[in-house]
Order: sequence, then structure tokens, then C-alpha cells
Amino acid sequence: MLIIYTILTLSILGVSAAVILFLVAQKFKVHEDPRIDQVEEALPAANCGGCGYPGCRNFAEACVAADDLTDLFCPVGGQECMHAVAKLLGKELSVNDPMIAVVRCSGTFEHRPKTSVYDSAPTCAIAAAVYGGDTGCSYGCLSLGDCVRACKFDAIYIDEKTGLPVVIEDKCTSCGACVKACPRNIIELRKRGPKNRRIYVSCVSQDKGPAARKVCKAACIGCGLCVKACPFEAITLENSLAYIDFNKCKLCRKCAPVCPTHAIMEINLPERKPKEKPVESPQKTTT
Amino acid sequence: MSQKNVKTFPQGGVHPKDHKLSADRTVRRLPLPKTVSIPFSQHIGAPAVPLVKAADEVKTGQLIAQSAGFISANIHSSVSGKVKKIDQVKDLTGYKRPAFIIEVQEDAWAEGIDLSPDLVKDISLSPEDIAAKVAAAGIVGMGGATFPSHVKLAPPKDKKVEFLMINGVECEPYLTSDHRLMLEKNEEIMVGIQIMLKALGIDQAFIGIEDNKPDAINLLKETAKKYPGISVEPLKVWYPQGGERQLVKALTGREIPPPPKGLPIDVGCVVFNVGTVFAVYEAVQKNKPLIERVVTVTGPAVKKPSNFWVRVGTSIAELIEAAGGLPDNTGKIVSGGPMMGKALDSADVPVTKGTSGILLLPQTEAKRWEKLPCIRCAKCVSACPLGLEPYLLMALVDRQMLDRAEQERILNCCECACCSFACPSNRPLLDYIRYGKATILKKLREKAKK
Repeated sequence: MLIIYTILTLSILGVSAAVILFLVAQKFKVHEDPRIDQVEEALPAANCGGCGYPGCRNFAEACVAADDLTDLFCPVGGQECMHAVAKLLGKELSVNDPMIAVVRCSGTFEHRPKTSVYDSAPTCAIAAAVYGGDTGCSYGCLSLGDCVRACKFDAIYIDEKTGLPVVIEDKCTSCGACVKACPRNIIELRKRGPKNRRIYVSCVSQDKGPAARKVCKAACIGCGLCVKACPFEAITLENSLAYIDFNKCKLCRKCAPVCPTHAIMEINLPERKPKEKPVESPQKTTT
Repeated sequence: MSQKNVKTFPQGGVHPKDHKLSADRTVRRLPLPKTVSIPFSQHIGAPAVPLVKAADEVKTGQLIAQSAGFISANIHSSVSGKVKKIDQVKDLTGYKRPAFIIEVQEDAWAEGIDLSPDLVKDISLSPEDIAAKVAAAGIVGMGGATFPSHVKLAPPKDKKVEFLMINGVECEPYLTSDHRLMLEKNEEIMVGIQIMLKALGIDQAFIGIEDNKPDAINLLKETAKKYPGISVEPLKVWYPQGGERQLVKALTGREIPPPPKGLPIDVGCVVFNVGTVFAVYEAVQKNKPLIERVVTVTGPAVKKPSNFWVRVGTSIAELIEAAGGLPDNTGKIVSGGPMMGKALDSADVPVTKGTSGILLLPQTEAKRWEKLPCIRCAKCVSACPLGLEPYLLMALVDRQMLDRAEQERILNCCECACCSFACPSNRPLLDYIRYGKATILKKLREKAKK
């Protein structure tokens, strides 16, 4: 008898517990869209925050919740990854050009001699809070590597010969961490450009021409020659500083040769052909 | 020098050697400079709005930039001549800021300014008029914080003011500008205090002076007998005795609520530097705006450590020249004292209303020693006059844990540099804390805007 009672009690206990658990599970069910997991799977899992969300999971949630994906972009996965996400969710996608971080300073040791010695805490943020920097230029790179420390992909390093940061093209995911870390706003995200070709003004100095030139040989002096040379109105001049709009630039290469300080950089563009000497036109004979 | 029975603040602090090299040098007036550059912003608050333009003629004492809001200050021309241009000029921060560049022609003063040296004792203005006059004269705190003085002279109605505190402590090593002012303008300072007492509607004032200036203490005690309600209090030679919080605590035993919100007025005190008192006297009794101040030029290798009456906008390079030139071994030019002063990256920086001294440090003293690991000796903790834990704050800021740093009261820090001074491992504690503070304050301001 004892054994039957035991079995009965335990069975009843088990069944009632099961029913309670089932009811509770129904009552407090957390509904999670299964697509979130799928989207997360399609993302690169870098958790870099380049999209503006704390991690890939949050970005996946945002993708599922959004009506269309036009405002959402994963800079690490790029267009391919976003296509996969769009396919999964069946949502509209805007076409975003792949971007890359660009360091807009040419103040190498050679171009920009040191005027003082900085020996406080070795971070750009603190140096920028203390003064204008150890060269005469109070806009240029401080060379203390806050951008290097911010990069999660080892895509940027300080070149010891020049003292300037260099972006490794293959590794840069355009997450924008270095852009945020730079206290001088020198690093900018720009279009990678066709065949990785791009042209930009490698200077952010707002000093007036003579003052800028005095402290750095490669500074933009705001002379405006490039503005005049540009056939596409892609270059604007503000506060003695030229800026090339990468959406308007057609890589025609008319601006760089006119720049008196060589502040305009051409990246990955083929070498210029040596200038052909203008063929002497046959002398016009007067009749 | 007696260290017994003198008041002091109870917590933390350090004792740097005082090096008052220029204490016995009478304040000299320098010949007028050829050009001056007067920055728009020489005070805490909004930069002033310019009233004159290039090629305009200005006179000494003429208003050239108007205060832009309640917390802001007027700026007057310190010379007479022609405005050459309005340009970006490197100021104390090491960054370029807009400034008037004025070519000096002669010393023609604007009308209505009394230039006679006679002491004017009778105070005819009403309290409101005094505050208005101080505002019009562009007076700011001359101890270095450069907070507009008229704001402090017109306290909000719901706060009760009991005491006026005059800060003649000058606890920074090397600097002697306040010391000299107290010795040479004692009567004027007393009248200035009377003016401030009238403006605040109270009748009790304390002058706090560090015990290493017995001549100033004795002279002011003697002078104070002629004026009601003023008592002179010697204070222990202990840095940062001249900090607002420390001064109030030492003289009244009251604790100002924690910053950034707590102000001396919360415990019924208003604190002014002696330099400010003298400027208020000149503005109210002589109608003279704040266009010149005492600047100490000093340093271990300086040929003639001196105190000068300097017009605002004079280049620091000229002062160094007047003090015997830049010593060969100079490693650092500091504006202010060695503890809280700011190293400059060029001597071509104008003197502003807040410049109390120029210190030229030789290379051996200017160089920072090698930064070593923290050994948890807690000397910074015992040195902090506000009871903070600087080693912890530095680590938190370094790791970008700013929320935690805020919980650890990083905003209470008064940047007195006792922690960096006390650290045996030469760690740049204050540099990190200052940066952390600035970042948090910026975030708070952005939040407040939203």
C-alpha cells in the first residue's frame, strides 16, 4: 500500500507542479522576436559600437524594430552584411558607400617643428586640455595616440618617423571610435572611393594663411586656389580652411597640383604623368 | 615667525618652501608698452562683446567691450591710441582667442577719472550704485579665478550675508603681488573694505594673512584701528590656506557645502582678494576702471625679481625683460604660482586681469621627474584638503570610468595640486583629475541644455 501512496503523491505533486509552471510560463511569457537572433547571427559580432548601439545584439533589436533600414548601418560588416540583414527582414535598405577613417594632418616633424616640451600625462585628451600642443599649431595632431588606444581592430598606429597616425586600409572598419577619441577632430570618416581612391585636404588648421604657414609647412593657408580649380563645386572655404565634400568630388585631380603647400592628399591614385612640355606652336605668319 | 596660536584649516595641505624673493621690492611702474593686446575674455563667463573696431581711436579707461550677460565683465582700454586690428591672439590657455591689438600713442585718459593719489574716504554711493559701479568698471576676482565681482556684491535676497572675508593669504610660493599691495595701499584697501561692507549691508570683515608676512599683518592691524568692523587674522603658513574653502573654514569654522553648487554665501560669507578690494576702491572712489594690476616677476635665476604695476594687455615678454631678461637656463615660464599656475608655451602672451605673477623656473626645477608606479602610500590622500582620494580618481579617469569618478566626488576637487606635490612617485595626479572634471562638467552642461 505504502508504495502506491508514494507513487500517487509524487505523481500528483509532479502534475500540479507542471500545471503551475505551465500557467506561470504562459502568464509571464517574454515574447522575443526570433528574427533578432537571426539578425545577430548575420552581424560580425565585433561589438564595437560603430553603429551607435552598445553592441551587436542591441543593433539587431533596432533593425527588427525599425520600419526600414535606411538609418541603420553596420560599418564593420558593410554593405554585404546589411544586405543579408535586409533580406532576412524584408526591409528597405539605403545604399551606403563604404567609409574609412582619414587623418587630416600633415604636420610631420619635418613640416612642423616642436616649440615646447610636453611631459605631463601621455594622452591627447589631457594635452589638449592643457594647451595648444608642443608645436606652434593649436589644431594639429598631438601624436600621443588616443586614436590608437581607441581602435579595437589594430587598424591605426603612430608612425615614429612622422609622429602622425596611419590608418591601415584593410583593417579599418570605419567604426568611428578614433574619430570620437581625437580631441582635435582631426580624424574624419570619408568615402573609401572607387578603387580606394580618394582626395582630401590634410589639414584642419583655422589659422589665417601667414600664421598657419609659419608654424607648419604643410598647412592649408586658405588661399582658395583649389576652390577656383574645382569644376564640381566640391570644395568650400571656411575659416581659412578648405574642405572637400566627398559626395561631390569626382576625383578629377585638378585641385591637388594648384595647392601651394601640398595640403591636398591624393590617395591610391596613379602617379601623375610627367607634364608634357607644351609643343611650340608654329609661328603664325603674318600675311 | 610664530606658528603657535594661529588659525588654519583642519584637513590636508602641504608646506612648499615659500621663496618670496620679491617681497621687499616696491611695486614699480613700467614705461608704457608700444602695443597691447587685450583679450575679449579675461574672466569666467561669457566673453565681452566688442564696441570698437579697427582704426578707432581709444583713450585709456574707455569701455571697449561690453559685458555679455550677468556672469561676464566689461573690458576697458588700458592705453590710449589706435586699434590696429582685432585678431586671434594666443592667451594663457595656449589657444588663440580674439583680442584687441592697440597701438599706444600717448597716455590720454578718458574723462572723469581721478588720477590724483589722494585718499578719498567718504563713501557717497548707495549699495546698489556700488555694485553697478563695480560692474561698470569690469572688476573680476584678482586672485586668479577671475569671477565677476559685482555678482558677489549683489547676493541673492534669500541668502543672508554675515561676514566679509578679505583674502591676503597669498599662499602660493614666489608670488608677492598681494603682499606688496597690502604694504603700499593699506589705507585704500581699508576704504575698499568699507565700500564692500556698505554694498553688502553688513559690518564685520576679516582680513586673512599668512604668518610669513608679519610686516603686512602689523601694518594692517595698525591701520584697521581707524576703521570700524575690520579685524586682521594671521593664519598658519600652510598651503592652500588662501583657497576660498580653507579660508572660510580657518576664520569661521564653517564648512562650505560641497562644490560645484556650494558657495561661501551658503554659510554667510563673501570672499574677495585684496587686489579686488583695491580695484573696487579705485572704481568707486576714483572712477577708474580695472586696467592695471600688480604682477610679480620672479624665479630662482631671475636677476631682478620685481613687482610691477602693469597695464592689462602688456606682453609678458616685456615684463621679463624689465626684470633683467630671461635667464639662460629657463625651462618653464609659468603664469601664476608654482602650485596652481599655468606653464606657457610662449612669452608672447598678454597680461590679463587674473595674472598675479610670472615665474621663471630653471630647467632642473621645471622638469617633471619620471613617473613611477603608485605604491599606495596614501600621501595624496593625507595631503588633499578636501578629503578626496586622488590616486583613485586618477585611476578612474585613466580608465574612463567617469560615472564612478563623479560618485567619488571628483567635482569637489579645487585643483590646489597638493596631491601631485605630495606624490613620491611623481604621478601627474592633478592632470588626470582636471581632465576628468572638465569632461564630466561638459557632460553635465550638455545634459542641462537638453
